[in-house]
Order: sequence, then C-alpha cells, then structure tokens
Amino acid sequence: MIVSVASGKGGTGKTTVAVNLALALEDSVLVDFLDCDVEEPNAHLFLHPVLETSESASESVTLPVPVIDESKCSGCGICAEVCAFHAILSFGNRAITFPELCHGCGGCARFCPEGAITEAAREIGVVEAGWVGAPAAGVPRPAAEAGAVRGIGFIHGRVNIGTALAPPVVKAVRSKAAPANGVVIIDSPPGTSCPVVASVKGSDYCILVTEPTPFGLNDLMLAVDMVRELGIPFGVVINRAGLGDDKVAAFCRQENIPVLLEIPFDRRFAASYARGGQLVRDFPELGDALRGLWRQIRAAAGPLPEEEETLR
Amino acid sequence: MKELLVMSGKGGTGKTSIVGAFAVLADCKVLADCDVDAADLHLLLSPTVRIAEEFRAGQQAVLDPAKCVGAGKCSASAVCAEACRFGAIGLPSQAGSGAGSALGAGLPHIDPVSCEGCGVCARTCPHGAISMEDVVSGHWFVSDTAYGPMVHARLGVAQENSGKLVTQVRREARSIAEKQGLGYIITDGPPGIGCPVISSMSGVDLALIVTEPTVAGTHDMQRAVELARHFGVKPAVCINKYDLDEAGAKQIEQYCSSEGVQIAGKVPFDEEVVGAVVRGVPVVTRDGSHRAEGKAAQAIRRLWANVESELAS
Repeated sequence: MIVSVASGKGGTGKTTVAVNLALALEDSVLVDFLDCDVEEPNAHLFLHPVLETSESASESVTLPVPVIDESKCSGCGICAEVCAFHAILSFGNRAITFPELCHGCGGCARFCPEGAITEAAREIGVVEAGWVGAPAAGVPRPAAEAGAVRGIGFIHGRVNIGTALAPPVVKAVRSKAAPANGVVIIDSPPGTSCPVVASVKGSDYCILVTEPTPFGLNDLMLAVDMVRELGIPFGVVINRAGLGDDKVAAFCRQENIPVLLEIPFDRRFAASYARGGQLVRDFPELGDALRGLWRQIRAAAGPLPEEEETLR
Repeated sequence: MKELLVMSGKGGTGKTSIVGAFAVLADCKVLADCDVDAADLHLLLSPTVRIAEEFRAGQQAVLDPAKCVGAGKCSASAVCAEACRFGAIGLPSQAGSGAGSALGAGLPHIDPVSCEGCGVCARTCPHGAISMEDVVSGHWFVSDTAYGPMVHARLGVAQENSGKLVTQVRREARSIAEKQGLGYIITDGPPGIGCPVISSMSGVDLALIVTEPTVAGTHDMQRAVELARHFGVKPAVCINKYDLDEAGAKQIEQYCSSEGVQIAGKVPFDEEVVGAVVRGVPVVTRDGSHRAEGKAAQAIRRLWANVESELAS
C-alpha cells in the first residue's frame, strides 16, 4: 500500500507526520520511506538513514538533452519549431540549445531532417537509498531475516541547485517503491502543481496535513481539489490544533472529509522537531495515535490489489 | 525601482506574514504574490480584484477518436505511445491483461496530468488524429489593497507551468511599478528551490530568506542561499521564531557570518502573528482592540528598516 503525505501549504508538518508514521509502524509492517520533496528533502534529518554507497543505491537522474552536430546542421529551424519549451533557438544557419529549459521529449532529434541532433544525458539530480536502523552501510535490510528487527527502507532524491525540473527526480524516487506486502510512505513537496502531482499520483491513500489557520484552510482546499482530481481517497491531519481557529474542522465536517488525527500545538513538540528529534520516541502516546490513524486508513482504502491476489 | 523577493526554501517559515507586514511598512510599492500554487497573501491584504485574466500556457495532446484507427491497427503499432517519453499515452491492452499480449482494438488514452505538451505524439501520428490544444493553466489578477496595488494568481488544479505564471505576475507588477512610479516591488515567493522559485528570483535586488531555527529550516536555508548565489542575487537572512531554539538560531548566525550573508533581522515567536492571520490582517496593523504592538511586530519593523537600507545601498 502506498500512502502519500501532502499539504497545499508548506511547513504544516508533512515530514513530521510521514517520519513518525513510518517509525510508529516499523515493528508491525515492512516500511519503505520515500522523500519526494526533492527541492528541499528533510526526512533524512529525522530518520538518519545509513545511505548505501554502492553504485546501484545512489544514482544520477538525467534528462536526454540535444547535442547539435554543426557540420550536419543546415539551419532549417525545424528543431526550434518542434520544441515546445523554447529550448532551441535557430538563427542564420545555426541552432543554439538551452539545456536548462529542455524537458527531454526527444522531438528535436526525432524530427531533424539532417540527423544532426543526438541526445546526451544531463544530470538534474540524484537519488540515494539506504536503511534506517541498519547497523552499517552495505548490510542487508534487517527485515530480510524472518522475525528479526525490521528496518525502514529509505530513498530520497535531490535536485541539483539551479535546476528547474523537479518532476523527473520525483519520478525516479517513485520508481524505487516496492509495495509488495508492506507500506510505502511518501513525503511530498508542498503546493499543488507538477512536483506534488508526480509524488502523490498512484498512491492508494493521501494524508493531507494542515494547520488550523486561514492560510492552512485556503491551501487545504486547493490540496483537496488536487487529490479529488486525481481520484485518491484522502483524510486530514490537523497539526498545531488549538493554535488558530476552528474553520478547518468545520470545512472537513461540511465536506465529509475524515479528520484522521489532531496533533495539539505543544512547545515541547516544536522543540523536539527543531532539533531533529523523533516525536514518537520522545512522546510515545503519539505513536499510539499514529497507529490508530493507520488503522483508519487501512479500513478506508479497502482491499488492496496484492491482497486480492492472495484471496483468489 | 527595487525588487525584493521574500523566499525560504522550507515552507511555513513565515514568508507571507512578513510580506504582509512589509505591505504596511513600505512606501510606494506594488505587491506580487508569486506562490501561485498556494497563494495566501490575499488573506492578509483583502484585495479588491480589478482585472482578472485567464492564463494560457502550454498545450495538451487531444485525441480525435474519429481519425484514430486504434492501437492494434495503427500502421506502426501505436506510434504515439512509443514516441511519448512521459508515459502519458496508455494503450488498451495494458489496462487489462499482462504485458506481451497483442494490442487491443481500442483507442489509446491520453492522460492529461502526465502530458507535458511537447507535441511529439501529434507530429508522429500517421493519421493526424492528435492535435495540440491550448490549456488554461490558471488565472492572474490585478487588485487594489489598502496598502497599494497587488498582482496575484491562481494556478489551476494539478497544472504545470507555474514558472511561466510567476513570470506573468512579475511582468505585470513591474509594469504597474513603472507606470505609477513606485519605488518597490515586494514579492512573496514560493517555497522550494525549483521552477517557480527560479522564475521569482531572476533579476531581483535582494532575496530575503526567511528561516527558522530547526534542522529542516537550516538545511533548506543553506540550499536557498546557494540558489541565490547561483543566480547572482544577493541573499539576506531573517531568523523567524528564533527564540524557539536559541542554540539553533546561533548556528544559523554562525553559518551566515562564515558565508558573509547578512542577518537582516530576528523575529521572536509570538502567538500574535497567528492571531493576525486569523483576523486576516498584517501583524503590524493596529486596529480595534489590538492597539498594543507585540514583540514580533516590533522586530518586523526593525527588519524592514534593515531591508530598506540594504535595498538603498
């Protein structure tokens, strides 16, 4: 089962909920954690994964961008006309590329009548993988031994500074998800546009984290529109409850959206978070609350494809 | 004319509350909300919309079922799906049975969310069955507020092109500032360091990075500083809620001093900031029963004074 954690507004507590949900579940389910906030990944600051150093565990995410062979280019300008992203400019009898604007669609190379365009890989980010709770890098996941202590599989991505295109890096992180018979928890970026859609799409359930303020409510409404558009079942976690007003709760009632959990505003939580603490370790009652949330989600998501398989 | 971008890397550090306060404190300015996929500044400034425009950017592939011969009969076995690099074209057989089976007779399906509008499928289709149509990917607005003109926008649900919408908002703000002879453009930036942030940043005079003393806030601020430098924009830092972890705030100060980044201000945690958001007014507003000014409001006044002199230099 894939559970994504999203929010319209930034800083409402997505990472807090995602990280602590993973920690609350690790003793009962196989957990993979995917940090898809590739512009500003933060989950590793709380989970302290041991990242694997082998080549298969850390990979560069690249886009195929055009390389023009000037000796073959006739300056016909078809490549510039084909490019929907203005990444090729044609003037005189030359073509100039702007790789930072290229989406890697391959249109220019495909339609160049002179065969003057080939594609080269341009790195836009990296994906790293590792384990939380593994004794050392390179050691296989503890959960592989039946009945042994389970660890959390950890994968995150990071776009290179100055790179505008986050979605391909998000997709590279997502491609590592192996839900088999456990749970994949996805920490998504804030907002409602393409990097968020790339993170949330295809998940079985989405947790929207908000705060009880007019900002939180406004951005929750946008996020609700997004998950409805994507057709994903969802519920809301109200973080810092008690700090603002009660309009978020009223909105959820009116829209029939389940409020899965309210986490009260508490300076002790804020202090633990500030230092990179794991709330479920510092405040065990929160672990119970998150396991309760998990049971609600499991009930709401219905039987999963992999379970239906076993039933048959 | 000077352009100030208020940004953060990490979301929720207080950008919008600070921009809302600057709206009150700065003379002769236009405000621009460039957080186009989760805009909030209007909730503090209560704008009256004067102009509302559709924003068209990018295109989307649309299949004409009358012209498409179907995946199984296509002269080159559904060339559109083979050509699409974004996995936006699904074939009928893939929905039901397993891989390797013959293509069904049905039509390919174009997923509008995955389509990036490159147009390769339309150019490749041997039957001319795919056309590219303009997409309304959002709206932008020019409004009046009690504090001056404001340009803001709303990106459509699950839409792309937030960077281009940001560029449109900034273009409009600049034109208003030029026409009215305004001294400042004050921009509320989006979180992150990706496409809309880069579009918000090009050519501004100062990037004020609002951070908080948490491990995540500090980590993200460092990436924001690197981004500003990458684009040749001068960064300055504001430590918001600095008293929630004074040791963490010290670390931010040390980082900034070692990197030569100015700390433009430190703002204490103050529930009055949340109170102002709930009332829907900037935190430096004195209204009704809120005559006394809290410690955060006072700190933000000092922050603006520093930012103003930095912009003047």
